[in-house]
Amino acid sequence: MLQVISLLVENKPGALMRITGVLSARGYNIESLTVARTLDPTLSRMTIVVDVDPALRRQVIKQMNRLVNVLQASDLTEERAVAREMVLLRVRAPLESRTAILKEAEIFSARVVDSSVEGFVLEASGDPEKLDEFIDVMRAYGEIEVTRSGIVAVSLESRRLRLSPPVPTRAEREDAGSRLMDVPSS
Amino acid sequence: MPNLMSGARMLVECLVREGVECIFGYPGGVTLPVYDVFYDHPIRHVLVRHEENAAFAASGYARATGRVGVCCATSGPGSTNLVTGLVDALMDSVPLVALTGQVSTKAIGSDAFQEADTFGITRSCTKHNYLVKNLKDLPAIVHEAFYIASTGRPGPVLIDLPKDILQGQGHYAPVSSIHLPGYKVVTEGHTGQIRRAAQMIWEAERPLVYAGGGIVSSGAHEELRELVELLDAPAVLTLMGLGCLPGDHPNFLSMPGMHGSYAANMSMTHADLLIALGVRFDDRVTGRLSAFAPHAKVIHVDIDPVEIGKNRAADLPIVGDAKRVLRKLLRILHETVAERERKAAARQAWWRQIRAWQKEHPLLPAFSDREIKPQHLMVEIDRLTRGEAIITADVGQHQMWAAQFIRFKRPRHWLCSGGLGAMGFGLPAAMGAQFACPDKLVVAIVGDGGFQMSIPELATIVANRLPVKVVICNNGYLGMVRQWQNLFFNNRLCAVAMEGFPDVEKLGAAYGIPARIVQRPSELATALETALAEPGPYILDVRVSPEENVYPMVPAGAALNEMVLGPPQPVPVPK
Repeated sequence: MLQVISLLVENKPGALMRITGVLSARGYNIESLTVARTLDPTLSRMTIVVDVDPALRRQVIKQMNRLVNVLQASDLTEERAVAREMVLLRVRAPLESRTAILKEAEIFSARVVDSSVEGFVLEASGDPEKLDEFIDVMRAYGEIEVTRSGIVAVSLESRRLRLSPPVPTRAEREDAGSRLMDVPSS
Repeated sequence: MPNLMSGARMLVECLVREGVECIFGYPGGVTLPVYDVFYDHPIRHVLVRHEENAAFAASGYARATGRVGVCCATSGPGSTNLVTGLVDALMDSVPLVALTGQVSTKAIGSDAFQEADTFGITRSCTKHNYLVKNLKDLPAIVHEAFYIASTGRPGPVLIDLPKDILQGQGHYAPVSSIHLPGYKVVTEGHTGQIRRAAQMIWEAERPLVYAGGGIVSSGAHEELRELVELLDAPAVLTLMGLGCLPGDHPNFLSMPGMHGSYAANMSMTHADLLIALGVRFDDRVTGRLSAFAPHAKVIHVDIDPVEIGKNRAADLPIVGDAKRVLRKLLRILHETVAERERKAAARQAWWRQIRAWQKEHPLLPAFSDREIKPQHLMVEIDRLTRGEAIITADVGQHQMWAAQFIRFKRPRHWLCSGGLGAMGFGLPAAMGAQFACPDKLVVAIVGDGGFQMSIPELATIVANRLPVKVVICNNGYLGMVRQWQNLFFNNRLCAVAMEGFPDVEKLGAAYGIPARIVQRPSELATALETALAEPGPYILDVRVSPEENVYPMVPAGAALNEMVLGPPQPVPVPK
C-alpha cells in the first residue's frame, strides 16, 4: 500500500540523502518525491510517496523523526489531507484533431502552456488518479510525452511543531556549575 | 587580532572545551594542519597502526568511561578504514566523534588524490555526520557533534574537514549554545505510563527483568539492582548489559539468547511479564521472534522510540532515559509496596520453577586433565580477576565463553563488539580502555583469528607502555564458524583452520613483550597468574581444545526453548 509521508526538514546538504536512506536501507522503492523551500528559507517541505509494508509504516516515520535534520515527519496516508499533482504533457496534434484536443483539455481543466504547428504542451493539476485518466485520454490523440511532478500534500489537521530549544555547550554548563559552586554557603 | 587562528587550531580549541584529553589517530596529507597544532598541545594524540584500530580504541575508551571517544584519520583510505569502527559504535550505541580530513572544498568531487566521499559513505554508519563547508560553521559543528554523540541514544558522529578549512584563518569566538531544533531527546518517561507499569508489575505472576546496554549508557545499574531486589524478580542481562547486576547476584540467571543459560531462556519462554530495560530484542536474544516469550506482556523502556515496537510489540511503551524512568518507577513501587503480597504465592512458585531449571541444566564449565578447555580458561580468568578487571573480547566462541563464565561485578568492565560482531576489536579496545583507566587491570581475551587482525597494534602497546594483558584463546580455528560448519554443514570444514599461526613467544620477543605458550591444564593457573601480575604488557597463548563447541545453543531460526544443550546428540527440550 502506498504511504504518503510529509516532512519538514532543515535545508541542509545531505538531508535528502538521510531521509531516502531510511527507505533504501529497507529496500523500498520511492514512487515520488517532491521537495521545495518553505516560507522560512532554511526549511524545506518534502512529500514522499512510497510503497511500505503496512506493519512498518510507523517504524519508518519514527526512523525519519530520529534524523537530526528532520523537524517533523508525519504519515498522511490515513489522515485528512489534500494530495495534488501536476503533469506537463506534450501531444503531437495534426490540424484535424487540434480542436478535439483542446475540448478534451478543457474537460480536465488543463491549460495550454505552449502551442506550435506540431502540437501542444498542456498543463494539468489535480488528483493523481484524475491525471491518469487525462493521460490515457490524450494518448488516443497520438504520440505524447509526459512529465509528472509527483504528489504534493498538505494535512488538514493542525499539528503542533515541537522543536528542541537551544542548550548550552559543555564548557558553558561547567562554567555555570563552577560559578554556582563559588557561591559561599551560609 | 588575538583570536585570529587557523581552522585546525579552532578545531582543537573546541575539542579542549569538550574536555577531550586523548585522541586515537593516524595522520596523513590533509590532516597535517591538525597535527601541526597537536605538536605543542597538551591533548594527547595516540598513534595507532591502522585507522580501524583508532576507532576501536576510541570505542574502548568510551565504553570503559562513558565519555566521548575521539578518533582521527586522514582523507580517502584513512576515512574508509574507520568505517567498521563507526558501524560498531552505531550498533552498540557508543559515543564517538570521528574527525576525518578531506581534500580542499574546490577539489571535492574531482577524484583528487586520496579523495573519498566520506560524507556519503558514512551517512548510514553514523548517528549524524558533517562536511564542513565554511570555517565560520566549524566551532558550532564540533560542539553539536559531541552533544549528539553523547546524548539520547549515544552513537558515532563524524566531521569531515576539508584541507582549506583546516588551513584557513578565521576569528574564533567560543560557542556558548547548541541549536538543533530537530534533535529530539525524550529523557523523562511519561508518568502515567510508569504508573501503569507499576500496576502491571504487581499483577504479574511470573515477571522477568530483561536489561541491556541501555542500563550501562544511562548509568542505571544501581536502580536496576534496587528494582530486582524490591520485586525479588529474576533477571537476565544481555551481552551488552553484563555487569549491570553482579555476576553472582542470586536473582541473576545469566545471559539469555543463542548461547544463553537454560534457566534464562526457559524463563523468557514462560514469563508472563517482561520488564525490558534498554534492550532492543535483538535476534541473538529472541531466537525465532514468533515464538519468543509467547505468554509475556512487555513493558519496554528505551530512550530511542525507534526501538519500541521494532521487533516485538510493547504492551506498555515508555520512551525515556532508563535511570530517570527507573527512579520514578521505584518511587511508585515503594509507595505501593503492600501490593507485593498479592501475587506472593504465584511468585514463589515461579522461583521454585526457575531454581528447578537452574538445577536441571546449570551452566557448568568443562574441565579436562588432558587439554585446556576454553571454559576452564574463562573460569581461571574469573577466579583471578574477581570481576574487577576490564575485559575486552573479539567475536566468536571465546567471547561467548567469557560472557558465560566471567562474573562481572560492575558495568563498563566487559567491552565487546556486540551488535556488529567485529573481529579484531578486543586488542585495540583494550588499549583505549587502558588509556582511560591507567590503574586498572585490562585483559584482552581474543581468539587466534581476531588476534591476527590486531597484531600491528602490539607496537602501539609497546610505544605507549600500556600494561594490557592479551590472552589468546587459541583453538587453531575460526571457532564459531567451525562450530556452525560442524553442526549445520555436516562438518565440512572449509576455510576455518588458522594454519600458520605465529610462534607467540618469538613474536613477543620481536616486540619486546613477554609472552608464553601454555598447553597443559595443570600449568594454566600459574601461567595466568604470572601474566596478570606482570607490570607491563603480556601475551599468553593458551592452546585450548580445538573442537569444543559453545553450548547451550539456540540454532538460528529456532525458539529459545529449542536449545541444543550439548554434544553429541541434539536434545530437544520439552516445553
